[in-house]
Amino acid sequence: MMVDAKPKHPNYWLVFLTFARNSLVRDMMFRANFLLEAVSSLSWAIMNVGFYWIIFEHASSIGVNTGWGKYEFFVFMGTTWIINSIVQAFFMPNSEEFSELIRTGGLDFAMLKPMDTQFLVSLRKVNWSSLSNLLLGCVLLAISLSHLMHRPEHPWVFHPSILFLYPIYILCGVAILYSLMICLAATSVWLGRNQTLYDFWFYITNFSRYPMEIYSKGWGLPLLLLFTFIIPVLVVVNVPARMLAQPLSPRASWEWPLAGFTLLAAVLSVLGSRWVFTRALRSYRSASS
Amino acid sequence: MTNVTAASGFSRFSCWWMIFRIALEERLAYRGDFALGTLMRFLPIITQIFLWWAVFESVGISGSTTGRLAGYTFPDMVAYYLLSMLGRAFSSMPGLASTVAKQIRDGEIKKFLIQPIDMVGFLFLGRAAHKVAYYTVSTLPFALVFFLCRGYFTAGWPPAETLVAFCLALLMAFALGYLLDLCIGLIGFWFLEVSSLLFVYMLLNFFLSGHMFPLDLLPEPWHTIVDYLPFKYLAYFPAAIFLGKVSPDELWQQLGVECLWLVGLILTARMLYARGLKRYSGYGG
Repeated sequence: MMVDAKPKHPNYWLVFLTFARNSLVRDMMFRANFLLEAVSSLSWAIMNVGFYWIIFEHASSIGVNTGWGKYEFFVFMGTTWIINSIVQAFFMPNSEEFSELIRTGGLDFAMLKPMDTQFLVSLRKVNWSSLSNLLLGCVLLAISLSHLMHRPEHPWVFHPSILFLYPIYILCGVAILYSLMICLAATSVWLGRNQTLYDFWFYITNFSRYPMEIYSKGWGLPLLLLFTFIIPVLVVVNVPARMLAQPLSPRASWEWPLAGFTLLAAVLSVLGSRWVFTRALRSYRSASS
Repeated sequence: MTNVTAASGFSRFSCWWMIFRIALEERLAYRGDFALGTLMRFLPIITQIFLWWAVFESVGISGSTTGRLAGYTFPDMVAYYLLSMLGRAFSSMPGLASTVAKQIRDGEIKKFLIQPIDMVGFLFLGRAAHKVAYYTVSTLPFALVFFLCRGYFTAGWPPAETLVAFCLALLMAFALGYLLDLCIGLIGFWFLEVSSLLFVYMLLNFFLSGHMFPLDLLPEPWHTIVDYLPFKYLAYFPAAIFLGKVSPDELWQQLGVECLWLVGLILTARMLYARGLKRYSGYGG
């Protein structure tokens, strides 16, 4: 009788924890490498700060009246790091492997398992060292916010709602980026080889690394609309960063509608990725074997 | 006697030609992937244009062709990014160092020991073929982008001498990029795994080659230091030549310095290879 009570489906949370634990164990086997990876992403981040530091040596803000001064922009950057590090830790290694599995025919193994294939493919590995950037992003946020708090005009004020809204919009951003990534990886089914996955990813998300106001003139406007409403990468960082940095006071009228749209975009992206994924599985023909 | 050397010279040439052709065909096998990649490569330029547009605007000098930031007008800045991309297209060697290190680790490098082929030259030809294939496929997108952005080149075409120097600088950037990457890969003889070393190199390369920003923006002690390093020849230098940032008498002197770097790196690569082979123990099948 007890046997019947067993759930048909595995407990996904436990499966994920096992994946995460296995990855950690594996990472800890090569501790020096792990440390080096963390250090190298640290130096990468410092170099990035250096670039914008140089820009802010020459200019006081990015754009006129956008409110993105030095520390507001560093809040933006910290948010970018947090979101990217989550995506890189949980989804990047898996997406890369997914397109490789398609090419080599290794996907068979995943389809045979009694659990959701997209779940299995998306979360099999956790790249723990990528989370060092999450930590770094938080440090940058803390430093920048304390600077903003002590500036003479319009000092930054803490509002409890941010504790709740900021993480939600971070998750929305992660969901949008994840969906985009898994869709890109799934194209390997049709393209055969997809070595440009990482490049494509980088170039698309490149648009999300800057405050969206910079695109709001000239021929940037179509881009702004495209990357907000069709491929919503612009809202990924902009919405949470804007909420936290509060670059302008009073707030612009389009901020709250945009925040609402971000929620919708996150849901639609995940559903869209699900659709592309199942389509890809249907077109998948095992290679070799 | 002469006949024999001529024959061996010819067979040597045909051998190299064959290697080059095979590498070329290999590269052209995935044209679609390749063309897509080229097109994508221009996307970051767009964000850079808008970023600098906003920066120049906030300084209050956008639109004007006289207002300057570290000697660059806004059109100059965009032209610089386009040109530095061209430099990067010559000097970047994706995957070279890691491939060399992997071949050492897996023991695949044995094939160069039992065949009468010099590895340094073989890889060089492979990369040259890669670049030729790259330009066959990507000349059109490149030309299109430069044509669309011709408005940013406010000074028009530079004088003939500058153009010659520019082309030379591009070709040397290719050789320099190849040698730097090769040397990192050859360090694999000692460390087996070079990925973290490679990362540091890529980081320095990215920041100090001028790929991220014109090196003239650097504050003073750094500017001089970076000027002494070889990285600037990979992206900054050709672009600076084209935009007339290098004065004519300085131009040939700088190209001379680049030549010295090249010779030094050729010697280093040869030494690393010879020394490395001595301690090589051929792991794996």
